Amino acid sequence: MTSKNGSSTNGYSPNTLASRTGGDVVCDAILEAGVDVVFGMPGGASLPFYDALYRYQDRLRHVQIRHEQAAGFAANGYARATGKVGVATSTSGPGATNMVTCMANDMMDSVGVVYITGQVARPVIGSDAFQETDITGISIPITKHSYLVLDVDDLPRVMKEAFHLAASGRPGPVHVDIPKDIFLESTTEVAPRDLNLRGYQPPKVGNRTMVRRAADVINASERPVIMAGHGIDISGASDELFELATCGNIPVVSTLHGVGTFPETHPLSFGMLGMHGLAYANFAMGQTDCIIGLGTRFDDRAVGKADEFGPDAKVVHIDVDPAEIGKVLQTDVPIVGDLKMTLEHLLPLIERRERVAWIDQLNHWRDEHRSLDIPESPDSVLPQEVVRAIYEVSGGKARVIADVGQNQMWAAQHFWYESPRMFFSAGGLGPMGYALPAAMGVKLADEHQDVWCVTGDGGLLINIQEFNTLAAEGINLKVAVLNNAHLGMIRQWQEFFYEGRSMGAYLDNPDFSKVAQAFGLHGMSANSRDEMNEAIQMAHAHDGPVVLDLHVDRVENVYPMIVPGTGVSSVIEDPR
Amino acid sequence: METQVHTLVATVQDHPGVLTRVASLFRRRGFNIASLAVGHSEEPGYSRMTIAVEGSSDDVKQCEKQLYKLIEVDSVRNVTNASAITRELAMIKVRVGASDRPALAAAADIFRGEIVDVSKSSMIVQMTGGQDKIDRFIDVVSDYPIEEISRTGAIAMVRESAD
Repeated sequence: MTSKNGSSTNGYSPNTLASRTGGDVVCDAILEAGVDVVFGMPGGASLPFYDALYRYQDRLRHVQIRHEQAAGFAANGYARATGKVGVATSTSGPGATNMVTCMANDMMDSVGVVYITGQVARPVIGSDAFQETDITGISIPITKHSYLVLDVDDLPRVMKEAFHLAASGRPGPVHVDIPKDIFLESTTEVAPRDLNLRGYQPPKVGNRTMVRRAADVINASERPVIMAGHGIDISGASDELFELATCGNIPVVSTLHGVGTFPETHPLSFGMLGMHGLAYANFAMGQTDCIIGLGTRFDDRAVGKADEFGPDAKVVHIDVDPAEIGKVLQTDVPIVGDLKMTLEHLLPLIERRERVAWIDQLNHWRDEHRSLDIPESPDSVLPQEVVRAIYEVSGGKARVIADVGQNQMWAAQHFWYESPRMFFSAGGLGPMGYALPAAMGVKLADEHQDVWCVTGDGGLLINIQEFNTLAAEGINLKVAVLNNAHLGMIRQWQEFFYEGRSMGAYLDNPDFSKVAQAFGLHGMSANSRDEMNEAIQMAHAHDGPVVLDLHVDRVENVYPMIVPGTGVSSVIEDPR
Repeated sequence: METQVHTLVATVQDHPGVLTRVASLFRRRGFNIASLAVGHSEEPGYSRMTIAVEGSSDDVKQCEKQLYKLIEVDSVRNVTNASAITRELAMIKVRVGASDRPALAAAADIFRGEIVDVSKSSMIVQMTGGQDKIDRFIDVVSDYPIEEISRTGAIAMVRESAD
């Protein structure tokens, strides 16, 4: 494929290892990446890989999910909880296409997952063979990179590159499509010690001049705000963020994925911003004179109308991905670099400042606009109360995985996350059905942690088959279903923007506690506040997976809300 | 914002699928390719792509950054405002009888084009040059029925600086 000095042959020391099959090469690469779980489902084209997994089963755990989409989401949860790479596998054709949503999700949320798909054998590729799909053709726009391996001698290098690409720089999904006969063939090749990826050099420390300019802008500002994004977690820069905020007395707001990167009970934390962010977090963005965007892509759900977002602010933006800088906001100080390394250089240049007037202003807004007060509700349990109850029962120590929609916003708002990797949800793509499988991955990442899956009834139904995986694998996680018998966010939007014409939002649900029981899980229902509290206590105490079908108010809305097309100054607050 | 055609030169790994990746990127980000030419470079294993893309300078800057993120793209350079030589090859088949041949040949000659085929009823003119020149030649001969035009798209190379 390449010539003598091309990359595919560079650095190999030939024939020094015993011969390995393609399947063994893949298993070895997974183990070398420090990964100990593979989520997947076998099929014709991946059978020889499963034969290798059979040989490796004492070292590498295979968790058989019940739908390939669950494999991808579980690998996402595992990756985010460990900071390592997740691995998901499927067969060719339908198995592979079932993981497409997961790849798109990882891509949007910058999560490192390696997808290993079986492909039909090389001689029949392109012949419309049984279960053949051009899956690398499909995955190109939704992966960081992809490979179709056509020579077993390339496989050791490809696998090593795949894990490196998935984990480094701005992480993302990497897809390796492997024909059935390649899993079976043997090779004596080993991966090169140093990878030769000329076109891929993830940035390290940001430009020093720019870092000094950032310090000048920050030091001169009276009303700065740090917008803490997912990059803080990815780069492991929470300590540096804490230093920056406390040294300069700079308030911190977080994006959905930045939740917990700065302790939410700290006086300088003003919570999550955005469409359903806290009122005062959004007000801060309207009035600030200096936005310090750290590891964020200024997503439209966080920013709203860009003209109203810090209209008078200088923008300092640090991100590892140069393409994110200047994409949404005009940036005064653009810095491309690893956050942790760059902040280490920035911190000594930051002056101690009190910024009393600004902090007072924010605290005044916080007192006036009580975004986290839960209204009285004598006749129904409010979903926010469920999240609070989980916060209380776990002492704030649970890892919470939310699905998509209202439940996601309540889980982000009404729990105070003290550290990163405590709150997980699918932000950019927003795939309902994420929470249950992702929670399995989070639990298997560290089984000592309490793990709560907070899902709506609609999202649960999308991957409810995974109850079977929970039971079969004995994955001890707690599932709290905020059951409002609706696609709640759809119902809310139809109420707000379609004069209440509800179409397709109502869900005629089964009894989820009985469904859980039929799968061999512990299932309980709750209709009142007392029953809800009792159920959550019981689930916390029970040693094993529990599903709680919690009947909550059917028409509760998520507040505050910024109506699409408007900005941070037009926050709609709870009318009660 | 004002749009214009920008010329990007990218060095890419000579792998199967790399053209698909580049084309896919342009399509999904809504960048409009005016032309794309690709061939081997001086370095074995690497190809050079010249991409003419329409857009505002902010759009094109974003396009360059996205292009650079592709793992198999080694370098990207916007040569629009650099001192670069841009050339394209075109072949133009014109329906022309014996009586009009001398006039067409003269026009081709003025543009330093070459007659590469003559039949009873047509001539093929081969033309190399900047895109403007080829456009102008096509305009000049457009009174004749033009049967076929095939253009390679531009390729570009930056000049060595004078000092």
